[in-house]
Amino acid sequence: MPEISLSQAPAHQRHGSNSGQPLTRRDGVLKVTGAARYAADNHPPGLLYAVLATAAISRGRVAALEIAAAKAHPGVVDVMTPAHKPPLAEDPDAKTNPFMFRLELLQNDQVRYAGQAIAVVIAESLEAATEGAALLAPRYEALPARVGLDGDTSFLPPAVGIGNPAAVTHGDVEAALDAAPLTVEATYETPAQYHNAMEPHAVVAAWDGDRLSVDTPSQGLIMAQGRIAGLFGIAPDHIHIRSPFLGGGFGSKGMISGPQLLGIMAAKLVGRPVKLVLRREQMYGPVGHRAPTRQRLRLGADGEGRLTAIAHHAKTVTSSFDDFYEPAADASHTLYAAPAIATSHEAVRIDIGTPLFMRAPGEATGSIALESAIDEAAHACGMDPLAFRLLNYAEVEPITGKPFSSKALRECYAQGAERFGWAGRPREPRQMRDEDGFLVGWGVGTATFPALMFAAEARAVIRADGTGVMETGAHDMGQGAWTALAQIAADGLGLGIDEVEFRAGTSDLPDAGIAGGSAHTATAGTALHNAGAAVIAKLADLATGDERSPLFGAGNAGVVARGGRLHRRDDQSRSEGYGEILARAGLAEVEARGQGTADPAAQSTYAMHAHGAVFAEVKVDPDLGQVRATRLVGAFAAGRIINPKLARSQLYGGMIWGVSFALHEEAVTDRRSGRILNADLAEYHVPVNADVPSLEAVLVDEHDPHVNALGIKGVGEIGITGSAGAVANAVWHATGVRVRRFPIRIEALIGA
Amino acid sequence: MKNFEYVRPATIPEAIAAAAQPGAAYLAAGTNLLDLMKGGVARPERLVDVTHLPELDRIERLPGGALRIGALVRNADLAHDRAFAAAYPAVAEALLSGASAQLRNAATVAGNLLQKTRCGYFYDIASACNRREPGAGCDAREGENRQHAVLGWSEACIATHPSDFCVPLVALDAVVEIEGRAGRREVPVEALHRLPGDAPAHENTLEPGDLIVALRLPAEAARFAAHARYLKVRERTSYAFAVVSAAAAIDIAGNTVRAARLALGGVAAKPWRARQAEALLVGVTPDAATFRAVAEAALAEARPSGDNAFKIELARRLVVRALTLAAAGTPARLPALPASPFASQPGALPHA
Repeated sequence: MPEISLSQAPAHQRHGSNSGQPLTRRDGVLKVTGAARYAADNHPPGLLYAVLATAAISRGRVAALEIAAAKAHPGVVDVMTPAHKPPLAEDPDAKTNPFMFRLELLQNDQVRYAGQAIAVVIAESLEAATEGAALLAPRYEALPARVGLDGDTSFLPPAVGIGNPAAVTHGDVEAALDAAPLTVEATYETPAQYHNAMEPHAVVAAWDGDRLSVDTPSQGLIMAQGRIAGLFGIAPDHIHIRSPFLGGGFGSKGMISGPQLLGIMAAKLVGRPVKLVLRREQMYGPVGHRAPTRQRLRLGADGEGRLTAIAHHAKTVTSSFDDFYEPAADASHTLYAAPAIATSHEAVRIDIGTPLFMRAPGEATGSIALESAIDEAAHACGMDPLAFRLLNYAEVEPITGKPFSSKALRECYAQGAERFGWAGRPREPRQMRDEDGFLVGWGVGTATFPALMFAAEARAVIRADGTGVMETGAHDMGQGAWTALAQIAADGLGLGIDEVEFRAGTSDLPDAGIAGGSAHTATAGTALHNAGAAVIAKLADLATGDERSPLFGAGNAGVVARGGRLHRRDDQSRSEGYGEILARAGLAEVEARGQGTADPAAQSTYAMHAHGAVFAEVKVDPDLGQVRATRLVGAFAAGRIINPKLARSQLYGGMIWGVSFALHEEAVTDRRSGRILNADLAEYHVPVNADVPSLEAVLVDEHDPHVNALGIKGVGEIGITGSAGAVANAVWHATGVRVRRFPIRIEALIGA
Repeated sequence: MKNFEYVRPATIPEAIAAAAQPGAAYLAAGTNLLDLMKGGVARPERLVDVTHLPELDRIERLPGGALRIGALVRNADLAHDRAFAAAYPAVAEALLSGASAQLRNAATVAGNLLQKTRCGYFYDIASACNRREPGAGCDAREGENRQHAVLGWSEACIATHPSDFCVPLVALDAVVEIEGRAGRREVPVEALHRLPGDAPAHENTLEPGDLIVALRLPAEAARFAAHARYLKVRERTSYAFAVVSAAAAIDIAGNTVRAARLALGGVAAKPWRARQAEALLVGVTPDAATFRAVAEAALAEARPSGDNAFKIELARRLVVRALTLAAAGTPARLPALPASPFASQPGALPHA
């Protein structure tokens, strides 16, 4: 467990709640000094290095490998191949739950996509293993690769996302479109994107009989533990996974990936600890990605600019061997009021690694298309795009008719517009220039992301010295779980944050659920909150039932835990310290557990979403077509904010990803081979600091009594949505050119 | 990684002898070579580390005013050398527009000149590439080629040279000093890189063992210091190779151009000097129409090699812009976003 504590004294004396305080991340000093130990930083004695050999073809089979040549290279210990590998207890192609995806674990000689592992070379040094992998010089029997959105015939996917219906209709969209005095129809394309977490997937695995020790980054420790247990036929509690820090995950570390499991297999094969770290280009295939989409939007509006119909159809791709369908069209379910809404999906199977969850899966891809189309409709109606959005504001969730558990989107629009200075924006495009002659454009986009809850557990302990322990196997991907969850934990125990030892990041702790769906703080936080309430209740029972306690007899009135003491709720001058209560009871500590899960009754009654409004300014060189997003203001309402500093940081990250989505990011795939040609961070562009000179995230106050006991909605993913569309709309406003293929490239604007 | 022999010669003759062997490669900062080795694109048998050779890291003024820059001078050090930046501001601007601050702190002058193309097919060793493997074919020709060459390309290769630094160097008639088995010789930077023709692997005019020991900027090139710019269109504001770039330098007396220099980057397998276009400027009072005519001349022979026709018109417009900015005068200090079209925009800092 890393030593994590506040790295600086709070700027002011805090009273009461830890939650709501903008604490600096508690692991910050460890990270900037290099003391934070990431998976690949581990070097157990006797460690060997494993390197993947990967397929250069997209489809076919491996006909031959020069195994003898690899083994003859000095330092090479073994070469794991389909013919030489430890047995598995479970077929890597089996699927027994919706979060289970097929893996390439050398089960046969088939190649499903370029970059798939076809062998693993294990050696005394990284260099020897790398050269051994090169010496394998595979020969293939290749079949033609199926590439891109038109790579094969399309079909109706069985479901999109996780179990969402592929087609949803509400009202008669075709009739509404036929009757609409004004219609807008447009098709948008989004590219394949790859997570590119700064930390590549890495594993250090060591077996001791049928016990396994694993250092590996994970957004879902217990799911990973279960997956390993199933594949290797061992008990989950024989597997200890440590994941104290992740150098980003963005969904790619949600499920343990094939390469991580190959590292564990390699350790089993050679009987020594093994480290396997993916090279950057090896992250373009086996660890998931955001699939490309082609989205057709048809909007109908009446004479006043009220939407009468939204039809959103998305075509996407999945792998030849598994099913994950980017639920892009579902973005149209919740945002804009229209009496008729239809969403639908189609897909093709192509020769790629299976697409998976990537930060705002579906919401991000769908949002940029929907927000562009809404902008086009606003202009067609002769309306300001913000006024158009307000006119079509959804008072209830359009697709279900449910009321929102809370929705401060109007305040987001108002506060964002005020901060940005939206008033006075000319409605027509290409009207604004700066003092240097650059075209200036302003765009807006609405942000939304569901407020999800998974299931988590936590354990709370109060010790005789008056301090506390809180445990949940939470995951800090960089978002700040070590800090925000510790704030909730401390509040749950009625203690200051430095009086609580917060334990997280390992698989032997209570299950914190998955760090995904922007639900980690809400889910694990609720478990911590409930564990705290439970342990305080036990402590209260000890005090209120003991006539020697000043709290004796307060059972009916109840007690409040604050500052390490229990206070009588109806007379707060009567109190007793935790240590005194435990000492008198002769107890070293008292412990309790809590759970965090969704309330099914609330979920069936209410639509639960976070919302936001993002305003973007871009400048475009009128001759050269180069674009810069000079200013972004996002106003977000996401329920209760536990740590505004970290929440803003999350929102900034999302907004930057929105800029990336609109202007930069794209995997370039060779149309013949299916190989990705820019699988490195020099050529796969994400924004650099110079691309985002001014960002502002406004946290709009929102109280939600329904989402969970703490009122938390989550901020992890919403920042991408809205932002990408706002930037795209600003480019149109600057140039008058509506670009419908993303990222927006210079050749699309050079004629502007 | 393939095992290789590592040698660290103490003298230039030792270095040349060590590097003249087949399979040898010079190693300086390694900002390009090490990536190529990790990717299996380059598999040298022997690395000859020149970073300990004496006296190659100096910047010195020669009698007559030329500036001689040692091959090992770091990109960042050179860009921030006051005398250099004052005399050759477009070169400093080009240097600071390349790569990232970290890379510029490491990368050397000669290494920059000899960097490889960024063509994705050159780096993807499963693709056919005549530049990497003579006779293999060119998968870029019918592939993903929107960034590829529009000038001087051949059916054998449509790659571009990625250097920013080299573009103003060829404009200003910079010369490299080369030590080789046959002694010392000088080659203009413009003649260092070769167009692909039918032998794209033969990238430059260096012979086995040849070592670039210095770069020389002629004294005469400082005449352009008051009107010299480097401008670079790229797909993000920093840390991106040029889609197209241009170096423009003008010597104006009164309203009349006495001499002009123009070179383009990102358009060909070598930094592209546009001499015929330059000639249109001499003796005239430049205006927008002149600049457009110059741009038309500079790109007169351009033709798309794939999905990159846009680069031709983009290059023309960039030439007009670069000439316009050069005519307006070199800024007193380098802008915060060197070579960017947005250089005049307020940034975190007003100057680099």
